[in-house]
Amino acid sequence: MKPENSEDKKYLFDKPASMKILAWSFLLSLVLLLALEFFIHKHTHFPSEEWPEFYCVFAFVAFVALVLSAKYILRPLVKRREDYYD
Amino acid sequence: MTDVLPPAAIFIIGGLLVPLIKGKWKSAYMLLIPVAGFINLINIPEGTHWVVGFMEYNLIFGKVDRLSLLFGYIFHLISFIAILYAIHVKDDVQNVAGLVYAGSALGVVFAGDLFSFFVFWEMLTVASIFLIWARRTKAAQGAGYRYLLVHAAGGLCLLAGIVLYVNQTGSIEFGYIGLNGLATLLIFLGFGVNCAWPFLHPWLTDAYPEATITGTIFLSAFTTKCAVYALARGFPGTEALIWIGAIMTAFPIFYAVIENNLRRVLSYSLINQVGFMVCGIGIGTQMAINGAVSHAVNDILFKALLFMSMGAVMYRNNNKINCTALGGLYRTMPLTCICCIIGAASISAVPLFSGFVSKSMVMDAAATGHMQIIWFILLFASVGVLEHAGIKIPFFAFFGHDSGLRPKEAPPHMLLAMGIAAFFCIFNGSFPSYLYSLLPYPVEYVPYTVPHVVGQTQLIFFAALAFILLTLSGMSPAEMRAVNVDADWFYRKGSGLFYRVMDISMNGLTRVADRVIVGELTGSICRISQRWPEVLCLGVMIPLWSITGVKGKELEGKIERTRAALQTHTSPIGISAAIATIFLVLIYLLM
Repeated sequence: MKPENSEDKKYLFDKPASMKILAWSFLLSLVLLLALEFFIHKHTHFPSEEWPEFYCVFAFVAFVALVLSAKYILRPLVKRREDYYD
Repeated sequence: MTDVLPPAAIFIIGGLLVPLIKGKWKSAYMLLIPVAGFINLINIPEGTHWVVGFMEYNLIFGKVDRLSLLFGYIFHLISFIAILYAIHVKDDVQNVAGLVYAGSALGVVFAGDLFSFFVFWEMLTVASIFLIWARRTKAAQGAGYRYLLVHAAGGLCLLAGIVLYVNQTGSIEFGYIGLNGLATLLIFLGFGVNCAWPFLHPWLTDAYPEATITGTIFLSAFTTKCAVYALARGFPGTEALIWIGAIMTAFPIFYAVIENNLRRVLSYSLINQVGFMVCGIGIGTQMAINGAVSHAVNDILFKALLFMSMGAVMYRNNNKINCTALGGLYRTMPLTCICCIIGAASISAVPLFSGFVSKSMVMDAAATGHMQIIWFILLFASVGVLEHAGIKIPFFAFFGHDSGLRPKEAPPHMLLAMGIAAFFCIFNGSFPSYLYSLLPYPVEYVPYTVPHVVGQTQLIFFAALAFILLTLSGMSPAEMRAVNVDADWFYRKGSGLFYRVMDISMNGLTRVADRVIVGELTGSICRISQRWPEVLCLGVMIPLWSITGVKGKELEGKIERTRAALQTHTSPIGISAAIATIFLVLIYLLM
């Protein structure tokens, strides 16, 4: 048996094959989710919810906006050296 | 009522006895406390119990209804999990503090009057502080003191409110309070400090990441949830809470994106989740309150699970907890990794996991009430949860870049504690009817509808897509070792300003006092008191001597001798008596 910390031991996500399976199944899920939209009847509260692919677009845009605004607006404002309070 | 005890008593008395028990039995004894407490709890009928007369008021230690019972159940469950997770800890300070802290939380939720409520509320602070200080680092010590000061201020605010409120209403019963006037506003703000409202929140993100590995599990469960309970009891339907809650969900997610310490990320996440509860309480409909309370139950479980998985990472990696130091741990800590992912899926409201069935109730209540802006803020915050808790926590600890660390898997008792929490995360998410049956109001909400499941899954997958694209393109913010200043800047840096202001004003006052009183006033009083007898005496004697015909050299000699006698305090008794008499006559005339 190989020792636990041996350098050449390959773990699950070190193998290109498993990463490939993961990537393809993720892409397939995305396509499936986009397609599903047209087969369901939505119960909406607000008009914007009725837009096609509302949740997909909202999630993507909101995520990018959140990360970039945190990176380019908040971080320059609040970042200090680690010993700032010492 | 002789066969059951107040739930708080079992934990507090049981906790204080812990140091007396030695060796192997200690672990068994500590695990037995929440079990015994739970058996005791399910035998307490609904109603009002343990009413104790106190002056002209009644203290109530057992206001048992559906709201307090549900918090009671979850507090017992999480105590068991947290004690199991901490079973390796030999430090009795932490063991006692954890149990007394849990007992105080139970005291808060079953208190039927404001006096005993306040006492238990303060005990929460006192007990929890030891879970922070027990880390015994300089950072923990500082954070603990700041934690104590903030909570002391909040407690005083609450006390002032309670005194005014009792004075106005004449009753100390703790029921619906509602926001009207100064007394209720002070109570409201007192609750708000423990609830980590915006600007009142930094004690949480400051202290929780500095607490001990096991202490943080207790901390994450009780203080904020007690505040949620208190708001649900005293201020349901208060409109201000809708906005406060919405802001709480939204602002921490920005901080969580750029934070390096993973336990601090979870602390921001805690505020974000409590925001959903506060918002639900503010909306105040039956569905919203149900949503808030059920989300509190689920959050206690999944937040504890996430903190436990990060704690296990720290435990096995020499207290490393920064994104920059970790990565790739799934290789040797697969079970901890799976538990962490279950917690992450629950908080992200993945279908079949617990967040899905409770958070959506609050969002649905907002939508039903046509609160479009609030609904959008909550939806945005849900995406933010995915970013920091759903993806960042598991990704940077267990995947991401390979840090080269190959630690051992977490010890069995930690895995078991995480396993129990993970079980309930999945159970509550997959079979919500059990949780729903315990909620304060009847539940008509159906979480598993096709549009809801599809919509939520779309939200999760496309947020994940955004994460992947941002990471691959190198646009994700790099993890860096840094401090991000938050509202605590005002008292951490502000305290320096306070010090300088006090230095200038108070020490300035001392300097002025020194110059005026010590330097000038004392000297002049001294001079005057020496000079006046002379003036008085000679003022009377010179005319007298002149009349009796004393002149020239003789008069000067007499004046000289009198002056010398007065200056050396050797004046003959006759003269002293004469001066005293003249003085008394003068006073008599002036009166």
